[in-house]
Amino acid sequence: MSTEEKQLYTVSIYTENNIGLLNRISAIFQRRHINIESINSSVSEIEGVSRFTIVVNLEEKQMKKVIGQIEKQVEVIKAYYHTDDETIYQESCMFKVLSDLLFEERQIQNIIKESNARIVTVNKEFFVIEKSGRKEEIELLYRELKPFGILQFTRSGRISVSKQPMKISEMLEAFNQ
Amino acid sequence: MNTETIKSTEVLAANTERISGSEAVIKCLLAEGVDILYGYPGGAIMPVYDELYKYQDKLHHVLTRHEQGATHAAQGYARISGKVGVAIATSGPGATNLITGIADAQIDSTPMVCITGQVGSHLLGSDAFQETDIVGISTPVTKWNHQITKASQIPEVFAKAFYIAKSGRPGPVLIDITKDAQFEEFDFSYKKCEGIRSYKPVPDVDFEKVQEAANLINNAKMPMIVWGQGVILGEAENELKAVIEKAGIPAAWTILGASAIPTSHPLNIGMVGMHGNYAPNKLTNECDVLIAIGMRFDDRVTGNLATYAKQAKVIHFEIDPAEVDKNVKTDVAVLGDSKESLAHLLPLLQEKSHPDWHQEFKDLYAIEYEKVIKNDLHPTKEGLTMGEVLKEINIQSKGEAAIVTDVGQHQMIACRYAEFNQTKSNITSGGLGTMGFGLPAAIGAKMAAPEREVVSISGDGGYQMTIQELGTIFQQKAAVKVVVLNNDFLGMVRQWQQLFFDKRYASTEMVNPDFVAIAKGYYLNARKVTKREDLKEAVAEMMASKEAYFLEVCVEKEGNVFPMIPTGASVSDIRLE
Repeated sequence: MSTEEKQLYTVSIYTENNIGLLNRISAIFQRRHINIESINSSVSEIEGVSRFTIVVNLEEKQMKKVIGQIEKQVEVIKAYYHTDDETIYQESCMFKVLSDLLFEERQIQNIIKESNARIVTVNKEFFVIEKSGRKEEIELLYRELKPFGILQFTRSGRISVSKQPMKISEMLEAFNQ
Repeated sequence: MNTETIKSTEVLAANTERISGSEAVIKCLLAEGVDILYGYPGGAIMPVYDELYKYQDKLHHVLTRHEQGATHAAQGYARISGKVGVAIATSGPGATNLITGIADAQIDSTPMVCITGQVGSHLLGSDAFQETDIVGISTPVTKWNHQITKASQIPEVFAKAFYIAKSGRPGPVLIDITKDAQFEEFDFSYKKCEGIRSYKPVPDVDFEKVQEAANLINNAKMPMIVWGQGVILGEAENELKAVIEKAGIPAAWTILGASAIPTSHPLNIGMVGMHGNYAPNKLTNECDVLIAIGMRFDDRVTGNLATYAKQAKVIHFEIDPAEVDKNVKTDVAVLGDSKESLAHLLPLLQEKSHPDWHQEFKDLYAIEYEKVIKNDLHPTKEGLTMGEVLKEINIQSKGEAAIVTDVGQHQMIACRYAEFNQTKSNITSGGLGTMGFGLPAAIGAKMAAPEREVVSISGDGGYQMTIQELGTIFQQKAAVKVVVLNNDFLGMVRQWQQLFFDKRYASTEMVNPDFVAIAKGYYLNARKVTKREDLKEAVAEMMASKEAYFLEVCVEKEGNVFPMIPTGASVSDIRLE
């Protein structure tokens, strides 16, 4: 119906740290059949306040409605949405590779060096590479390592900070007055 | 429990006392002013019931015949009184049986606190007997919910529950208490909750927006108001009436907004929506300024959004920011409590009367009267109509009764034709459309307002979904007047089958029992009417009864409710036949 374009949005939700809140928030996306591209939950800069970082692909009109329904939840302090341009964001990934390759395939060492990846651990059987960056960088590294055989691969959800301040502390102070 | 309470008043803090969790539950309820609660006992909630037994002189527990009945009774109680309704049940099936009522309260913004027992905390997650994840199950249909596993959490959680249920846009809250927390002893003290830091129940009124709204209204030639339940929940009836009268604006209501302004008020132009009145539906697409107050542009109100009020500037007075621009794009959104916003709006309005515009409503009403209303209220054909039953109830109750309806044709007829003199008098399941709502809700309404005449009107279908609550009526001696409009069909579905499915009446014909015998089985006075000439006297007998009374009226089998906006059609395309 709508002609508006879908695009990636990073949703940042500041919440009380309560059991069950993830369920409440994810249900809002589920009801509207919105696929969550990635989700991350952690502590925030404020003690006792949690922060969800959720990436979704949506039209802005729908994004606004979803934000409204998220903010309506009693234990949500504030929710924001940002485009990629408005945020600094990263993902992290880990590769587990056979140790033999590190010595037999000189190419691997170059790949690691050029991609700014980091070797976390090496033992006789395997070594582990960690890489943080944009999704495309991680995907590139994956493609480069793939031919050598990857024992295990995992990528984290996006974490991001906004370029503009979000002023949660001020908001909480206002609540307390 | 990490949700931070930021403001609270101490009620009993001075003298803490060592009591069990279950006794604390009772003390919390008393501190919140609860006098009646509705429920059903069972294993995991027995410690609380044991305390209810001890406190029965202070707190009246009503044993319903099904937990769903308990929630609807609590809703009826809340809707007529404006207070928080309370329902209580055991774990497992007791808890899941509450869900329909909770979902109904959520979508109709009814303040309700539900308490469920839960298996012992050491058994959680082990598939124990009557264990169910009721917090998980109820999450999408509650405003807030919480599981208590330690008695010491009880006072804070209860205080928050009542605060959240009642404040802002009200809604249902569920508290699940493990059995060990009910037995556990702790030092009890109670503080009422007055604020939660992550929750702003009422947005601040933006005076610039109020001024913008006033400017639009003052410049309007054909303004129209549609108000909803927000006016009743916000107790803004007088403010709305003053606005309507000063600015001379024709005002229509959604089904849940009914009764906020008396039916007889000259500027009350009737109901909007699928089976609403002809004029306000048609003229929604003619007005130049549409002022929505405490309503949420439900699809049953708007019909096809693509053709809804496109010509009008839309002003939306709304307490819930998530409702603004959700369905209809507004030109001016005035967030805040309707009572406060309208009070600020009033002095900014110019006195107007818009006589030509009023005449348009009158002209369309005349068409609706000729095509629909006349035949509903003054039928000349043989079969009794639902409308004439409502007319008789109106006459004999003088518009003073609270009308509690179920869901279906009788509900639409009742909402179209019931006459209301006072607010909080139309109690019905709006958003969820819960068949079986009416009878138990009427019990709750009657118990909350025993001085009022409460008439429950149901169809033969919905009535049988909670018919067992006749037992509650008898046991509680609740003087509810129970009317069943029996057409031996699931009438609304049958009407759709007739109009949109080539009369294929799939599973809509009801082979009904002897309703009078059933009512008499519950020791209720009961009567059945099949002829027009008996109706008046039967209604008189019912209204004169000091006790509960059951009246079955056999109405024409294949009567239809008109006007009607077919699903997906525009409000302009409302059908009169």
